Amino acid sequence: MNIDSIRNGIVIDHIEAGKGMDIYHFLRLDELDCSVAIIKNAASRKMGKKDIIKIDSALDIDLDALGYIDPDVSVNIIENGELVRKMHVELPEKITNIIKCNNPRCITSVEQEIPHIFKLTDRSRGVYRCIYCESVPKHKM
Amino acid sequence: MRSLIDIIDLTPEEIDGLINTAEDIIENPEKYNEKCRHKKLATLFFEPSTRTRLSFEAAMLELGGSVIGFSESSSSSAAKGESVSDTVRTVSCYADIIAMRHPKEGAPMIASMRSEVPIINAGDGGHNHPTQTLADLLTIKREKGRFDNLTIGFCGDLKFGRTVHSLISAMVRYENVKFVFISPQELKIPDYIKSEVLEPNKISFSETESLEEVMPELDILYMTRVQRERFFNEADYIRLKDSYVLTNEKLTPAKPDMCVLHPLPRVNEISVDVDDNPRACYFKQVRNGKYIRMALILKLLEIE
Ligand SMILES: [Zn+2]
Repeated sequence: MNIDSIRNGIVIDHIEAGKGMDIYHFLRLDELDCSVAIIKNAASRKMGKKDIIKIDSALDIDLDALGYIDPDVSVNIIENGELVRKMHVELPEKITNIIKCNNPRCITSVEQEIPHIFKLTDRSRGVYRCIYCESVPKHKM
Repeated sequence: MRSLIDIIDLTPEEIDGLINTAEDIIENPEKYNEKCRHKKLATLFFEPSTRTRLSFEAAMLELGGSVIGFSESSSSSAAKGESVSDTVRTVSCYADIIAMRHPKEGAPMIASMRSEVPIINAGDGGHNHPTQTLADLLTIKREKGRFDNLTIGFCGDLKFGRTVHSLISAMVRYENVKFVFISPQELKIPDYIKSEVLEPNKISFSETESLEEVMPELDILYMTRVQRERFFNEADYIRLKDSYVLTNEKLTPAKPDMCVLHPLPRVNEISVDVDDNPRACYFKQVRNGKYIRMALILKLLEIE
């Protein structure tokens, strides 16, 4: 695939350098049949270095999940070789089943059926808390 | 249909409403003794807590209602692996309101999402215990006559003490409330309480290791248990435990109308000689706990 000329697809740009692979796995891009390019450490005027992911297919991306992992990325939608839409993600108010609560005292640790839901409680610090036990997840993913 | 899971589910106006009802119950108990006739409270205690369960049951009985339930999970279907949601959906076919205690944090919230009747969180692990906070608030209101312009000292285990965290969350909503946190280094108030509760509400607070030093400033002294298992080593526990024991002698410099609260049960953090001190309010707090639970049951059942 010519990574510069996607006809119909998505470019996830301005990924913090080093997070490209995380996002690749997190969005389950490994399960896609289309071509996917991960560009690591691309030069960026704004960020110095950045990662970029190009996906040669028009798929629905979970923008909440993306916003949670890296709120600074931008998502470019390409149709017929043209940039038709540029979207900025942000920290979502609520995320469901993206991360798991790892508090051993939480009800979700004993009941498997319960969705793992986290709420943004402090936007400036990017703090999420489990809606059941209010604990903060230890790892971001 | 409303449930009470966290104290901040209630607005200050709703708390005032509950306090007014509780005070009316205290003044005119006979007016209320048939209010919940033919209504049933289910007490689902997945872990034992005799005093909380008795308080709820006494509250419902004094309203003329009746009580069903279990007092530990080994005698319930939960012991056979039933989910909280299923237990609650089943029980809500029989009862009009449920008071639930569970060792896992968030269990009552799950219950409230699936229940057909109001759920009252009667304690979920180390997390929330809103009716204890309501009992604290009713006691503060009855003893001090106000929620604003108070300096409240919290003493002991401020790191794990859920009653402390809940009362702080409830009190930051009033004007000119100051907090004094008195604890050993090991049990200081957690940083997230400062950054997420105190600082956004611009609450002034101070931290100290010495109870004696701050005693004269306090309008309320909220004592908590300092538990041996919270310390890394026995030596620290032995060194510190007596600094956080309240005695009549330590109370000498306190304001005459200061009130001493404690969520009970106590171990040794308030010496028995304090019980007859006019500042001791912790047994009144127990009694107030029953009245405020009566008010809460009426509110959630929408009985006037
Ligand atoms: Zn949790």
